[in-house]
Amino acid sequence: MSLTAARVVAPIGTAGKLFAFALDVGRGLFRRPFQGREFIQQAWFIASVTIIPTALVAIPFGAVIALQVGGLIKQFGAQSFTGSASVLAVIQQAGPIATALLIAGAGGSAIAADLGARKIREELDAMMVLGIDPIQRLVVPRVLACMLVAVFLNGMVSVVGVAGGYVFNVILQDGTPGAYIASFTALAQLPDVWVGMIKALVFGLIAAIVAAYKGMNAGGGPKGVGDAVNESVVITFLLLFVVNFTLSTIYLQLVPPKTG
Amino acid sequence: MGVDVQVTNLTKQFGKQLIWKGVTLTLPAGEISVMLGPSGTGKSVFLKALIGLIKPDEGSIVIEGTDIASCSEKELYEIRKLFGVLFQDGAMFGSMNLYDNVAFPLREHTKKSESEIRDIVMEKMDMVGLLGAEMKLPGEISGGMRKRAGLARALVLDPEILLIDEPDSGLDPVRTSFINQLFVDLNAQIDATFLIVTHDIHSVRVVPDQIGLLYHKHLAMYGPREMLLSSDEPVVRQFLNAQTIGPIGMSEEKDADQLAAEKDMDLPPLPPIPLQMEPSNGIPRRAQRPAGEWCRLNGVTPPPGSFTREAEHASGHQS
Repeated sequence: MSLTAARVVAPIGTAGKLFAFALDVGRGLFRRPFQGREFIQQAWFIASVTIIPTALVAIPFGAVIALQVGGLIKQFGAQSFTGSASVLAVIQQAGPIATALLIAGAGGSAIAADLGARKIREELDAMMVLGIDPIQRLVVPRVLACMLVAVFLNGMVSVVGVAGGYVFNVILQDGTPGAYIASFTALAQLPDVWVGMIKALVFGLIAAIVAAYKGMNAGGGPKGVGDAVNESVVITFLLLFVVNFTLSTIYLQLVPPKTG
Repeated sequence: MGVDVQVTNLTKQFGKQLIWKGVTLTLPAGEISVMLGPSGTGKSVFLKALIGLIKPDEGSIVIEGTDIASCSEKELYEIRKLFGVLFQDGAMFGSMNLYDNVAFPLREHTKKSESEIRDIVMEKMDMVGLLGAEMKLPGEISGGMRKRAGLARALVLDPEILLIDEPDSGLDPVRTSFINQLFVDLNAQIDATFLIVTHDIHSVRVVPDQIGLLYHKHLAMYGPREMLLSSDEPVVRQFLNAQTIGPIGMSEEKDADQLAAEKDMDLPPLPPIPLQMEPSNGIPRRAQRPAGEWCRLNGVTPPPGSFTREAEHASGHQS
C-alpha cells in the first residue's frame, strides 16, 4: 500500500526537485561574478551544433506548410492570401517548435551529456569542494546561452521557413511572387513575431534547465549518463509541447487576430 | 597548522538502508588518520559527509566552531576553503590541461597575478613530481599521474585538512608505496590534518598515526596505530591481518554455522607491528611518536619481532 503510494507520489517529488533546481538557477543568475567566458563559449558551442540542422529542418517545414496551406487556400479561392497564411504559421508555430526540437535534441542533449560525464567523474563534487558552486559556474551560463541561441535560431527558422515557402509557392504552385509578398501583412502582425521570440526564449530556458538537472543528477556510471541524456530529451519534448499549447492559447486570447 | 575535526554521533541512512550509526571520533590536528573497512561500509560516504557533500541525518561535524552538518550553504562554501580533497580518480576537469586544473582554485578564489599563480602551480607540480607534464590533458596521462595531479590541485590553496579517497585504487604496489611516501612527506611539510580512506592493509599498517575501522554499520574502533595493530578484538584483528577466520564474511557478516565451524580453529598469531614510514629527509614529523611508545604507556606487549626492519617486510605478505 505505502509502496504503491510512494510510486504514485514519486513523479511529483521529481517535478518539485526540478522546480527547486530552476529556482536555484534563478538565484544563481544574480550572483557575481558572472561567468562571461563560459557563457560565450557555450553560446558558440550550442549555436555550432544547432545551426545547420535547424536550417535543414526549416526548409522542408516551410515548404510543407506552403504546400498544405496553399492547397487548402486554393480550394477556398483565396490564393492571394497564401503568403500571409504561411507567414503566420511559420512565425507563430513552426519557428518556435522547430527551434525547440533542435535546442532540446542537439543543445540539451549535449548539455546533459557534458554535465552527466562531469558528475560521474566527480568533477562536480571536486568543484563544490573547491568552494565553487557548479550551478553558478556551469549551469547559469549554459541556460543563458541556450536562451540566446534559441531566440537567434527562431529568427533563422522564420526567415528560412518563409523563404522556403516562397520558393515552393511560386515555383511548384504557380503562385504570383508579388501577391505572396504583398499579402505578408494582411493577416500577420508585429505581436506574432514577439510571441515567436518569447516562445523560443522560454523553450531555450526549459530545455537547458531540464538538461542541466538531469545531467547533474546522473548516477550509476556511464549508463547513467546515457539514461540522463535520453530522459532529458524526452522530458523536454513533452514539456515544450505542453508549454507551446499554453502560450499559444494565452496569446490568442490576449491579442485578437488581425482582420484583413 | 592543521585543525581538529570533531565528529559526534554521526548517522546516515539512504532511504531505509542504514549506512552507519553513532560514529564518534576526533581527527587530531596535524596527524595522519586512516579510515578503513570492508567494501561497501560507507567509507566514501563518511568522507563526503565530512566535506558537506552529503548531509548526515543525525550528529555533528565541528571544524573551527562551525558544524558542517547544520550550517548554511554560504558557511559551507567558506569552510570548504580549509579542505583539500583528493578524489578516487583525481576528478580532474577533463577540458583543461593539468596546469589550468591546478591553477583553477587560485584563479577562482584569489586575486593573484598570473606570474604568482605560475610560481605556486609549479611549486606544487614539483612537490608531486609532475614537472614537465603541465600541458597534458587529464585523458592523456596514467591513473597514477592523475592522482598526483589531483593532489597538486588539492594542495594549491594550502589546506588545513586533506581528505584522500582510496589513493591506492588502480595503482601498482610500487606506485602505492611512492604515493604513501608522498603523503608522509607532505604531512611533514605542511602539518595539515590528513584523513585517508582505503582498504589497502599494507598502507594502513605503516602510514598513519591513527586508524579507524568501519564495520557492520558502525565505527568498530578508532585509535592510535599501535593500539589497533596489537588489538585482540576479532573484527579488528581479522581485517588488519587480512585473514579469513573471524566475524567478517564474504557478504558482510558470517552466519552462525560458519562461525560455529570456525570456533575451534586457532587464530594465527598477530604479526609483528612494522615501523612507521618516515619522511624521506629523515626528520621526524611533528605528529610522529617514537615506535612502541603507545604500547609501553598502556602496558601492552607488542607481538614478538615488532618495530624492527624485518617486521616491515613481514606485514606485506600475510596469508
